[in-house]
Parts: sequence; C-alpha cells; structure tokens
Amino acid sequence: MGDPVVITEEILFPGAGGDWIKGFYARPASRSSHGSVVVIHHMPGYDEATKEIAFRFARHGYAALMPNLYHREAPNASPDDASAIARSRGGVPDDRLVGDVGGARTFLINQPGSNGKSGVIGYCSGGRQAFLSACSLPFDAVVDCYGAFVIRQPPAEHPLKVTPVVSKAKDLACPVLGLFGADDRFPAPDEVAELDAELTRLGKEHDFHSYDGAGHAFFNTGAPSYRPEAAKDGWSKIFAFFEKQLS
Amino acid sequence: MCTYATATLAVRGNAKGGEEWDRVRDASVYLDHPVSFPATHSLNIDLFSGTSTAPERRVALELDPRSARALALAIIEMIDSAPPGILEEFEGDLEV
Repeated sequence: MGDPVVITEEILFPGAGGDWIKGFYARPASRSSHGSVVVIHHMPGYDEATKEIAFRFARHGYAALMPNLYHREAPNASPDDASAIARSRGGVPDDRLVGDVGGARTFLINQPGSNGKSGVIGYCSGGRQAFLSACSLPFDAVVDCYGAFVIRQPPAEHPLKVTPVVSKAKDLACPVLGLFGADDRFPAPDEVAELDAELTRLGKEHDFHSYDGAGHAFFNTGAPSYRPEAAKDGWSKIFAFFEKQLS
Repeated sequence: MCTYATATLAVRGNAKGGEEWDRVRDASVYLDHPVSFPATHSLNIDLFSGTSTAPERRVALELDPRSARALALAIIEMIDSAPPGILEEFEGDLEV
C-alpha cells in the first residue's frame, strides 16, 4: 500500500456559542470510510508541532481537526503571541473548550466518508481538556497525554481557570488511553496512580502507561523533553487504540 | 510539566519590538515552557501594548531563570539606589 494522499487546510467551523473559529483540518484525500480525531493543542497553542500531529493522523487514515482554542483572543496572531494573550486573560474557560471541541467533533462526523466514530487526544494542558471533553461529549475514545490537574487542585496562587475534572469521570462513556512520563511532576506518578485507581473504582475502561526516563512533553519533537523511545512506543499504542475503538 | 503559574500586572512604560516603540499596559510573568529558547522551562515575560487595533503586539523574553533573577536583582538595586527626586516623577496611578 502506498503512502496515502493527505489534504490539509485551515477552515472555519462553529465552536462554542456558535462562534466561528479556525481549525487545522487534515484528512485522507480518499473519502473512504474513516474515523475522526479531534486534536487539542498544548498551551503554546495552535502551532506547527501540533499541526504535524493532526497531519500524522491523516496519514494513518483518520480525519483530524485541531481547533484554534485562542481564536477569539487573537484570531490573526502568531501561535506564540496568541498563547501569551490567552494566558494573560486567564486561559481557556472549560465550558468554551467543551463547546469548541464539540463543534470540531460535529464537523468531522458529518463529512463524507465519516464512519461516525470519533476520538479526542490532547497533550499537556490539552490532556486535561481531552479528558474533560470525553466526560462531556459522546466520543468513542480519548487519549490523555500527560494532562495535569485532572485529579489534583493546582497551587492556590494559580491564576488560570484550571480546576480538577475527575468529578466528571462518572460521565465518561468511552475508553481512556493515558500516556505519562515517570519523571513528570505535573502530573506526578502518584497523581497518575490516583486517577488510575479512581477510574478502576468507577468501572471505566482505561489503559495507562508511564515511561521511565521520560518527563513531561516527551512527544514534543521540538523541545529538549523529547524522548524518542517513549514517543515511538506511545504512537504505536495510540494507533492501536484508535484502530480498535474508531473502526 | 506545565506549571500554568502566571503573574499578571499593570505596567506603565514603552517597549520596542522590531522598528516600533509601543506604550505597554499589561505584563505577564511565568515560569513555563518557552516557545523559542532551547530549554524545557524558562522565566518568561510578556509586555503587551493592549491597543484595541493591535491586541497581539507583544514584547517577549524567555530567560534562563538564573539570568532572570540576576536581571530582577539588578533592576531592584538600580531603582533602590536612585538619586533623590528621580522617582517623584512617577507617583500616582499606573493606568495612565
């Protein structure tokens, strides 16, 4: 089988409150039956590294859409400036996040060739947001890549609108794949273990992996935190998980 | 790790990025992932002009935290040792 032809484009689609926001849309050129993936960017924003992740899903046969979560704050700014502006204004409110991710999911599953199945994946702050999204929206699979503050409160002086979302886990309706670094402090291994135990207690299907020698952001090829062995294994687990849940 | 920890404050002054000077009104200070500096974490400072026509105008620093501390101490030392009368120009509201 040859390398699939992939089409990428920036689109506008309706997000929270019906606001039209930008998103990076990557899909196989073939409209044959496919699953869909909403990609949630990390705090540095709607950047090239995360667009490459969406592109990678398209190369593997999925339609992927990454919403620009900072579109409202700075629609035409570079990703780093938009991220700085959003941070200065307290970050992305959870209800708006769920609305934007829900809009992305609705867009994807209504495209020609969609098999109706959808997953969500997020990195860093997006890991928490992916978990929150899967507790609030009818996804078929969720991947949490080292999302912090899923189960613990952030420090008291914390000015961003980030609160634990584990209380919503009872509403989780899809399996969870969790990928973490054993050297990470947010989330630290004991926080990951606590979330693992809580999902077990609730009877929620989940599969957690913590990589030795890896800390936060081990998937990020553009940062010193990149750990190729952990990332390679993590990607294989992600594709196996989506193959099972989104086919 | 993402610390998320951010201090935001009003400031008064001008900053230059590229060819233009801008009046800056807001600042963020945070110890978190840099975008450009090759490290996992850095001490980051954003100064925003905050104009309605160009909300994205920003002067940004990503510093080795040790450099940031040395810079902060040098700033405080410089201001604390200002000759009499110099700081009197800057009394009142920062939101001017």
